Amino acid sequence: MGAQKKRAAAATAAARVSEDPDDLARQPLQAILLADSFTTKFRPITLERPKVLLPLVNVPMINYTLAWLEAAGVAEVFVFCCAHSKQVIDYLENSEWFSQPNFTVKTIESHNIISAGDALRLIYEQNVIHGDFVLISGDTVSNMLLTQALQEHKERKKKDNNAVMTMIIKKSKPSPITHQSRLGTDELFMAIDPNTKQLLYYEDKADHSKGTICLDKMLLAENPSISLHNDKQDCYIDICSPEVLSLFTDNFDYQHLRRHFVKGLLLDDIMGYKIFTHEIHSSYAARIDNYRSYDIVSKDIIQRWTYPYVPDVKFCGNRATKLERRGMYRASEIEQSRSAQVGSFTVIGCGTKIGSNSKISDSVIGEGCTIGSNVLIEGSYLWDNVIIEDGCELRHVIVCDGVIMKAGAVLKPGVVLSFKVVIGERFVVPAYSKVSLLQQPTVHDSDEELEYADNSSGTVEFSSIQGTADQSNGEMTSESSEAHKPKLGTGGVGYIWSICEGGQEEEWRHSVAPIPEDKLAELSEAMDDDQELVTQDRTALSTSGELISDSNASEGDDNEDSKDDSVYFEKEVEATFLRAVEENVKVDHVILEVNSLRLSYNMTSADCAGAVFYSMMKLAVKTPHSSASELQQNTANIITTWQKLLKSYLLEIDEEVCTIDLDSNYICIFSLLVN
Amino acid sequence: MDFQVVVLAGGTSKKLVPLVSKEVPKALLPVANRPVLSYVLEQLELSNIKDLIVVVEGADTALRVGGWISAAYVDRLHVEVATVPEDVGTAGALRAIAHHLTAKDVLVVSGDLVSDVPPGAVTAAHRRHDAVVTAMICSVPVSGLSEAGSSGAKDKTKKPGRYNIIGMDPTKQFLLHIATGAELEKDTRIRKSILRAVGQMDIRADLMDAHMYAFNRSVLQEVLDQKDKFQSLKQDVLPYLVRSQLKSEILINGAPQGQQAKENGNDKVSYRILANASTPSFHELYALGPNGSAPVRRTHKCCVYIASNSKYCVRLNSIQAFMDINRDVIGEANHLSGYNFSAQNNIIHPSAELGSKTTVGPHCMLGEGSQMGDKCSVKRSVIGRHCRIGSNVKVVNSVVMNHVTIGDGCSIQGSVICSNAQLQERVALKDCQVGQGYVVSAGCEYKGESLARKEK
Repeated sequence: MGAQKKRAAAATAAARVSEDPDDLARQPLQAILLADSFTTKFRPITLERPKVLLPLVNVPMINYTLAWLEAAGVAEVFVFCCAHSKQVIDYLENSEWFSQPNFTVKTIESHNIISAGDALRLIYEQNVIHGDFVLISGDTVSNMLLTQALQEHKERKKKDNNAVMTMIIKKSKPSPITHQSRLGTDELFMAIDPNTKQLLYYEDKADHSKGTICLDKMLLAENPSISLHNDKQDCYIDICSPEVLSLFTDNFDYQHLRRHFVKGLLLDDIMGYKIFTHEIHSSYAARIDNYRSYDIVSKDIIQRWTYPYVPDVKFCGNRATKLERRGMYRASEIEQSRSAQVGSFTVIGCGTKIGSNSKISDSVIGEGCTIGSNVLIEGSYLWDNVIIEDGCELRHVIVCDGVIMKAGAVLKPGVVLSFKVVIGERFVVPAYSKVSLLQQPTVHDSDEELEYADNSSGTVEFSSIQGTADQSNGEMTSESSEAHKPKLGTGGVGYIWSICEGGQEEEWRHSVAPIPEDKLAELSEAMDDDQELVTQDRTALSTSGELISDSNASEGDDNEDSKDDSVYFEKEVEATFLRAVEENVKVDHVILEVNSLRLSYNMTSADCAGAVFYSMMKLAVKTPHSSASELQQNTANIITTWQKLLKSYLLEIDEEVCTIDLDSNYICIFSLLVN
Repeated sequence: MDFQVVVLAGGTSKKLVPLVSKEVPKALLPVANRPVLSYVLEQLELSNIKDLIVVVEGADTALRVGGWISAAYVDRLHVEVATVPEDVGTAGALRAIAHHLTAKDVLVVSGDLVSDVPPGAVTAAHRRHDAVVTAMICSVPVSGLSEAGSSGAKDKTKKPGRYNIIGMDPTKQFLLHIATGAELEKDTRIRKSILRAVGQMDIRADLMDAHMYAFNRSVLQEVLDQKDKFQSLKQDVLPYLVRSQLKSEILINGAPQGQQAKENGNDKVSYRILANASTPSFHELYALGPNGSAPVRRTHKCCVYIASNSKYCVRLNSIQAFMDINRDVIGEANHLSGYNFSAQNNIIHPSAELGSKTTVGPHCMLGEGSQMGDKCSVKRSVIGRHCRIGSNVKVVNSVVMNHVTIGDGCSIQGSVICSNAQLQERVALKDCQVGQGYVVSAGCEYKGESLARKEK
């Protein structure tokens, strides 16, 4: 039914487009809104409701994005729905977005899509994008003006056809201790050309064990000046040229917008596509990627950084709320006991009742909630129709629609209660737990998870979950409540999800709760140790003077790759050589083989000579011998037999001496063995 | 000013053979008929620095350099000439003269620097942040005129000159990363820890280390003592200080640092004012404990002073650079030469004699007592003292030192002719270097060769 409606809507929209063909010529700005983040970070909530419909300060997230797109001058938005697409489409149909003048919202639905890359490929096939478009996900809050960025993009594109994308970035320095930004995303390293603003390097998901960033030497040869940034945040708002879609189609293995697409373009020097950045300074843009960013963005909204998208301005479907002193927003029809204290930066939704002596601060309370007396709520997010009985304590938690907390229950920081969970009397939910009526899906889609790291939400899983979700609303509640009573106290309903992969260790990073002090202290100590290691490595090196520049072997963890390479190379050469000795292979053939090894490992012929010499020595040592003189004889024999091989890599006497020098350490080993 | 100045005048650089020899060490190579060392000394004199130590490699060289300095700068500068053994490197040279150093800070200048950047600016930048080291960096010189077409220039145009990769903070005051020599050929590796502390790092490949450093003396000596393998300031000491700046080792061990810490406490206010530090630098922020408590980490600051593009700053460390500097000093950067230019934009010593129809173009210099025959033409060249040049001689883009004899009909392009050399008739040289006292026989033609006596 929803699909039919959608089709009808699409038809009318299409009719509208065909009505004035001039629009096509002027290329009205289009946008692709991905109403699925293809991640699992908001589980268990997203098992029942798509992320874009989760309330952010009592308004579904997608409304912030759509309102901004409309204000930014976008004429047509394609909302790509995947997980829970029916819910998204139903919501949009019942909202006012389908009836805006000058702003068309169309939905594209698909169920067998597992990544942003697939989504863009599908959109490309539909052939609906005709010009530059804004690529955004439905969980982005922004109030920036697109005009300047768009104009820059168009001008660049005019000059250089390869400038296919402009990324919006914003200054935000990640904490040096936790290595994550205030939005809870991983620290990001970018290299940008300060003059052209071209993006030259992008590294998120940084490998913490690697202490250095490696810039290709070609990069510096081409750009005499580069700015390396650790203080920028990717807003995940991209202005793209239509080529981007075809690029996704050409490279069918691109899945993730950043990890595959951006990195793919940066590494690919054949096509020469370029990505540029546009930094915003005074306006706001942030994407809600995890619980922490949910918390931070909510606070930013309450503190009006996102103006005009704030609770007391009606931008879409939100009820009128009144801004009072100290950042308190209160909707109408609130029943509040006289003795209840509502602190600063708190939003209270319509029809909520607050009992006596309850204290609420820095929190968002949804509509129709009932809060008993002597309740403490601090830094928490209560959605609609939540019932909190007397004497509960909630600190830094998210509580979804229809949750019931029986008297005296306590939620420790970082807890997430999904829809309709019931917490038993005086039950204490441990920190960072996630509680849902649905059982934790078994990790049967693990291969997919592995393939795209944590950004896939498998289709298999979705279908199964949707199935269970529908049933569960009716039956499972009663069933599970019986089966799992002890888990959530007397009268409790729901499952506490066990924390899989990553473990509790990482939970604090992305939770709504602020990072505990002791964790910070621990981390900063760890950082000291890291630092120490790095310097130790470096100093150990530097004392050896000139060795630094010449030998790969001693360069410590910095040069692990090349070190590995040379080790592998030596092993291969040795194996080749030994085989040659055993099977009496012709010298010329061995030379050929070693040469191919040299090319594949990108080594110099001196390296070859070194490796060959080393293998000869090793062979000599291995050959059974009784005395040192015999060994010497062996060695001499081997060297004379394989003279030609060695000579083919040593063109001059100088080099010969050089190799011997290089291999002096081998000789040391050799002499040791002899003794 | 509590600064000591050390000028590293070096010895006879191998790179500059055949221009240098035992008689003419690198420091005394003529640039517009003045020893190159005089440019550094005069620049220091302008900054009112009159006490200096000139470090020279090898006793012979020391004798010559010392002799020249005492003759030229008597009464003007108080110069101490210290001799160190050859091939000890710049770090080794400082190690050898350590007992001479007493001041709080030491300014180390390379003797082959031809520059009009005031050393005072570097010392001021150093003091401003109470840095451990401050390095002067300048733009990479654009070497060789395109029309000159000399061999050196060709090599360099193939591979645009890259001397250093330098990482700085956005305010361009702190040095965060430096790569020299062989490291340039590899991929650049930037430490994340420092990037995290700073947030933004500007990496430049078009700047180079000009070899003028201000060091904190006690730190310098400590590093030199501890790391006895360090040979070069540029390649060992400076990179070491730069990479250990967030985890300072020097400040932990040395007793002087304890004092300094105390000083820091006392002079906190004045430092604040000096450092212009309404906002503390990233070093200080990094050093703070997790809750902004007392510093828990030891850091030190490495600063840079960037010479502005309008300033001239080139090191005489190759034959190409020698040519370039000679050309620039009488050309674009003629304020450095200290001579007064004629209306034709050239300098012809009053005692020089020119034959009829001989022209000396702009950006040329003709030294004292030189004689030129008829129908000669000199363009963009320096000709030294007491040269005898025959008729029909063409000298273009070249340097001719003192007491050179050039026969009739010679043509010299893009070449260097050292003192006492003799060119017989109709010699044609292009991009050549002719060593001291060498005789080029009549009618020879050379291109891109180095001609010198094989006595050494």
